[in-house]
Amino acid sequence: MTAATLSHGSSVGGERAGEETVSYNEAVIRLFVIATMFWGVIGFMAGIFIALELAFPALNLGLEWTSFGRLRPLHTSAVVFAFGGNALFATSLYVVQRTCRATLWGGPLVANFLFWGYQIFIVLAASGYVLGITQGKEYAEPEWYVDLWLTVVWVVYLLTFVGTIMQRREPHIYVANWFYLAMIVTIAMLHLVNNLSVPVSFFGATSYSYFAGVQGALVQWWYGHNAVGFFLTAGFLGMMYYFIPKQAGRPVYSYRLSIIHFWSLIFLYIWAGPHHLHYTALPDWAQTLGMTFSVMLWMPSWGGMINGIMTLSGAWDKLRTDPVLRFLVTSVAFYGMSTFEGPVMSIKAVNALSHYTDWTVGHVHSGALGWVAFVSFGAVYYLVPQLWKTGRLYSQRLVSYHFWTATIGIVLYITAMWISGIMQGLMWRAYDNLGFLQYSFVETVAAMHPFYVIRALGGIMFLVGALIMVYNLWRTTKGDVRVEKPYVTAPTRKFAPAAE
Amino acid sequence: MATSNKKPGLFDHGLIEKNVTLMMVLILLTVSIGGLVEIIPLFTIESTIEKVQGVRPYSPLEQFGRNIYVREGCYNCHSQQIRPFRDEAERYGHYSLAAESMYDHPFQWSSKRTGPDLARVGGKYSDAWQVAHLIDPRAVVPESIMPGYAFLATRPLKAADVKEHLKTLKIVGVPYTDEQVENAAKDLEVQTRPDGDTAGLLARYPKAVVSNFDGDTKVVTEMDALVAYLQMLGTLVDFTKYQPADFKQ
Repeated sequence: MTAATLSHGSSVGGERAGEETVSYNEAVIRLFVIATMFWGVIGFMAGIFIALELAFPALNLGLEWTSFGRLRPLHTSAVVFAFGGNALFATSLYVVQRTCRATLWGGPLVANFLFWGYQIFIVLAASGYVLGITQGKEYAEPEWYVDLWLTVVWVVYLLTFVGTIMQRREPHIYVANWFYLAMIVTIAMLHLVNNLSVPVSFFGATSYSYFAGVQGALVQWWYGHNAVGFFLTAGFLGMMYYFIPKQAGRPVYSYRLSIIHFWSLIFLYIWAGPHHLHYTALPDWAQTLGMTFSVMLWMPSWGGMINGIMTLSGAWDKLRTDPVLRFLVTSVAFYGMSTFEGPVMSIKAVNALSHYTDWTVGHVHSGALGWVAFVSFGAVYYLVPQLWKTGRLYSQRLVSYHFWTATIGIVLYITAMWISGIMQGLMWRAYDNLGFLQYSFVETVAAMHPFYVIRALGGIMFLVGALIMVYNLWRTTKGDVRVEKPYVTAPTRKFAPAAE
Repeated sequence: MATSNKKPGLFDHGLIEKNVTLMMVLILLTVSIGGLVEIIPLFTIESTIEKVQGVRPYSPLEQFGRNIYVREGCYNCHSQQIRPFRDEAERYGHYSLAAESMYDHPFQWSSKRTGPDLARVGGKYSDAWQVAHLIDPRAVVPESIMPGYAFLATRPLKAADVKEHLKTLKIVGVPYTDEQVENAAKDLEVQTRPDGDTAGLLARYPKAVVSNFDGDTKVVTEMDALVAYLQMLGTLVDFTKYQPADFKQ
């Protein structure tokens, strides 16, 4: 245990008086929180830049390192693996210690290896993309040497997480940890299989993927969809199950529902990958299986949403006075929306229109911005005053400004992509009254321009919100408190019974 | 938790909640099933990949062009997978077969069409058009939003290890013959020399497009390789020979 965490003796220990106190490793959590916000801002900026490239292609600058094709993986990896990944590390390692009342397995040395090892993975992957070192598979772009390094870090992560659970002083493993554990185990399986490849030489970066063609496609989307299902969903549901009850001061709505939610979600998710391959050369039976399971997946997803949102039963009034809780609850609402939109888009008839268009991009962002980022923002707003021992945030009002800026940004983003995606899909299949295709491809590209501008604007608003957050957190860590009008519950009018 | 004071029964979730090893094993079992059921049959059901004639491993120049296609992340905007719809057939050609990407390590079907599908772009435009378009897309298509790739035209193709590449591809399952591996460097060079001795290349790689793609005869550039790849895409299968029933998976 580091001196820093020991000095915060006041906060350590279980909530039950008279028991042995535990000193948690909070130093590494602070590092992961800082990294979450750092990579978040970088990832959002990369997103805005490539969004602007689509609206104004001159921004590709004619340089190989700044072309859309190289920067888009940089954006996706920065937000998914760097921002999202650090948020998962920060929260999972915090939650597992608190809910097990045990310090991190392996001590500070292992914890610091985890932190720096993961940051090295991010830098290795990102530098590769810019230089053109890529496996050419979406969300699995890092080349073999980066994959090997991540495998080492991930095994240590699993050991740390499970080791901490084994040292627990609580009889039960708390539900948030089930989700984190499923995320860690499943991501390990997906990563190992999808990245099987043979390097051309030991000293070169290039490798050839073991799988080819149709098998390669299914393995990739088994991986890709479950990167969404486990990294971006199961892990963040772990967050939901800890931080919403904490922030709302209410227990989880239903214990039974959380059991059903957990097992059905992880069982069904893994089947859904083929919906990324509708009407391709993948055999029909596999497409149909993928579609069927994707539609079924709607149920456990909404089971989880209900469990998260109904946790506010009896505490709904807090939404008025607690903007952090607003982030958390809105994230679950976006989760519900995306997990309804997803099954709809997985239906082959709908997918025939939506596939290959911006609708998919919009769908991903309603999940990524609305769900993943919002629940992470809520968790980080909760964590920073705890970790830096300041007791409260610098400003509640700034949290609220962040909330509304980001929410309006998301709405602009996803509506622009709905319109441009559905429009493009319809233009591709439009025929004139002589029976010819009505539009050339490039006419559909030109038609999307205004929506690309609106999308970029939405992204900029999302970034502005995140910068407000960074400022708020920075002042919080310094122990500052903003002079502002506090949020108070509006007085409710007393119900006066009518005179007898 | 509700069950903590009761004696755990056989179907009591409390058992799992108190034993992290058991929980991990059950999670692994639960998440394995879907993948096993969907992925393994793709390797065992023979009709997954249609039996068609003409599909062959890439020539060394085409493979290196493909590597540039992967390097530049073209898949972020271009699909290589035509779906069986009337509009796609009219716009791009016959729907894609699994056989057509059976030697693609990795596959590049992509999931986005910011630009048009490229599965059958081969032969659709001249070499000169492809080169001009890659150098400055908006000089040829004013509304295009594609990045320019002028640097490809001036950069010599690094292909000293071409034999190693073919050997590696052989390990992952591409049926290159020893003869093809032996002649890799020669085949790569000669595909850009229409006046050279191309008989061996064309015997080893039927339908390979031999051309001085970028107009520069002195050096094989990255542009040569990329255009060689684009010009063969979707051209290997002769669809006049087949009926739809032949492609039943």
